[in-house]
Amino acid sequence: MSLATFLIQLLNSVQYGFLLFLVASGLTLVFGIMGIINLAHGAFYMFGAYVVWWLFGYTESLTLSILLGVPLIMILGFAIERLAIARLYHRDHLYQVLLTYGLILVLNECQKIFWGSDFYSVPVPELLSGSIPLTENQVYPVYRVFISVVCMLLAAGMYVLIQKTRLGMTIRAGASNREMVQALGININWVFAIVFSLGAALAGFAGMIGAPISSVYPGMGDQILIISFVVVVIGGIGSIKGAFIGAMLIGLADTFGKVLVPDFASMAVYATMVVILIWRPQGLFGQPVH
Amino acid sequence: MFRTSLYTNLTLIAAIIVLAALPPFLGIYYGNLVTRLMILGIFAMSLDLLIGFTGLVSFGHAAFFGLSGYILGILMMDTESASLFWVLPACLAGTALAAVVVGWFSVRTSGIYFIMITLAFAQMMFYFFNENTALGGSDGMFIFSKPTLAIGSWNPLDLEDHHTFYYLTLVSLVLSYLGLRQLLRAPFGQVIQGIRANENRTRALGYATNHYKLVSFIIAGTLAGFAGFLEAMHTSIISPAHLGWHESGAAMMTVILGGMGTLYGPVIGAFALGFLHDWLQDVTTNSMLYMGLFVIAVVLFLPRGIAGLPADIARLLRRKPPTETEDEP
Repeated sequence: MSLATFLIQLLNSVQYGFLLFLVASGLTLVFGIMGIINLAHGAFYMFGAYVVWWLFGYTESLTLSILLGVPLIMILGFAIERLAIARLYHRDHLYQVLLTYGLILVLNECQKIFWGSDFYSVPVPELLSGSIPLTENQVYPVYRVFISVVCMLLAAGMYVLIQKTRLGMTIRAGASNREMVQALGININWVFAIVFSLGAALAGFAGMIGAPISSVYPGMGDQILIISFVVVVIGGIGSIKGAFIGAMLIGLADTFGKVLVPDFASMAVYATMVVILIWRPQGLFGQPVH
Repeated sequence: MFRTSLYTNLTLIAAIIVLAALPPFLGIYYGNLVTRLMILGIFAMSLDLLIGFTGLVSFGHAAFFGLSGYILGILMMDTESASLFWVLPACLAGTALAAVVVGWFSVRTSGIYFIMITLAFAQMMFYFFNENTALGGSDGMFIFSKPTLAIGSWNPLDLEDHHTFYYLTLVSLVLSYLGLRQLLRAPFGQVIQGIRANENRTRALGYATNHYKLVSFIIAGTLAGFAGFLEAMHTSIISPAHLGWHESGAAMMTVILGGMGTLYGPVIGAFALGFLHDWLQDVTTNSMLYMGLFVIAVVLFLPRGIAGLPADIARLLRRKPPTETEDEP
């Protein structure tokens, strides 16, 4: 493998890792703070991609479609939290898995009813459609770099939100001791609804910004969901830092797996997870299991 | 201790008699459907041993179901006919071995980590078969002939016959139920139920809980392999979809819908879901939408599944509000 190829694969890994991080961070927040396993999280990613494709037909602009689409996904997330998830807070994980599995069936079918089962593609914006030459015959698309930069900014924004703002403080407090937060007069249900909608919006945004490089197709949510769970479990459930490291590890394992062992690339990701869980059963940054 | 009331036992015996009397009235289509649902009932029952009795929520149980089918497919690839007497043990042994490996790693974790690591192993197996072009890749493979029961020139039962296979499945279902019931009444069964109730206390009593969990995992995996063997024989096709997480999720749904921790509940669940799906496909093109809504409704309104319905109704008649503690046996 030449240096240029290696560099391209490395950039691809980082870009994929960032997209995974956007999806996985919502998943890990919802679990860490609300104690909910949300299998329907991938559906937000899929809906994000479909909504942006659908809006693009009217607006002809990716930026505008995303700006209009994110609030839509947020509303969807809010509605699902209020109508279904809110009834599961004190129930066993088993029922959460089952209810959100039912949600997947419903949301996947809604996607088919609204948009059919064809594959669609969203064009890369004119401004970002160029490529950066790396060597004489190898180039790297600008749009992929753009994705990495945007995700990096979002990750930084999330860090500030969680570490430096009052809302973030409440969220962190809710994660470590729910009863105490309630005793201090904070409406925890309201916090939960915000966190869930934010998580949905992040996943939806990942689907939207990723739409131009991966086509928009039925079942795309299921695939990202399982990978995001791997990321969350590797990083330690509830840990944003863990989700970030996990996403990068999986980005590397998947991209380089495809180059080095093409026949078993999809297995590489899961093998990574198994190795890490044998070493640390609670994930890299997780709290030890009691 | 696993007990069933006299009323339940009588109902179960009546159900077996009905199932045994049905074939002449069912026709080919419904005969095959009921055969398939009985197979799925065995599969769901094996998952109930984990979820309902050991407290291990496995989200990768379909891996063993599909793996067994693939072993059958590979064994039958180059032969015209093979004897069931060595093909079945080979499939079960292969599945049990896989369950030993997966279980050995998985029982060290608990809670959501257990859910996820079983899922990861199942996905690994899924991709292994999905990307293996020698085994048909994502299309899977056909199994052209069924194993036979022939010993020399004497063939007691022709398994190609629909009715014979129906009765073979029914007998398997009943034997699986009786076997598991016996297991749960044995000391081993009491220990795993103790683990489900409170693992720390069970360990404090001096039981190596991880060993018990592993053995339970292996038994459940092997029984799932047995169901997968019947399924592959029945449909003559095996594909990666049999190992996928949708299949594992559906099995979990079956167990909880029917009523976990009852053994017969999951079989009821398999029949309820199977007939519901069959009916929905007739009346609507969006059958999965209604399946999904049905699952959500069950989780929200029927926490103890269909098997818990008589008790729920009885309580309703006595006008006593349901309490959370009664949900946890």
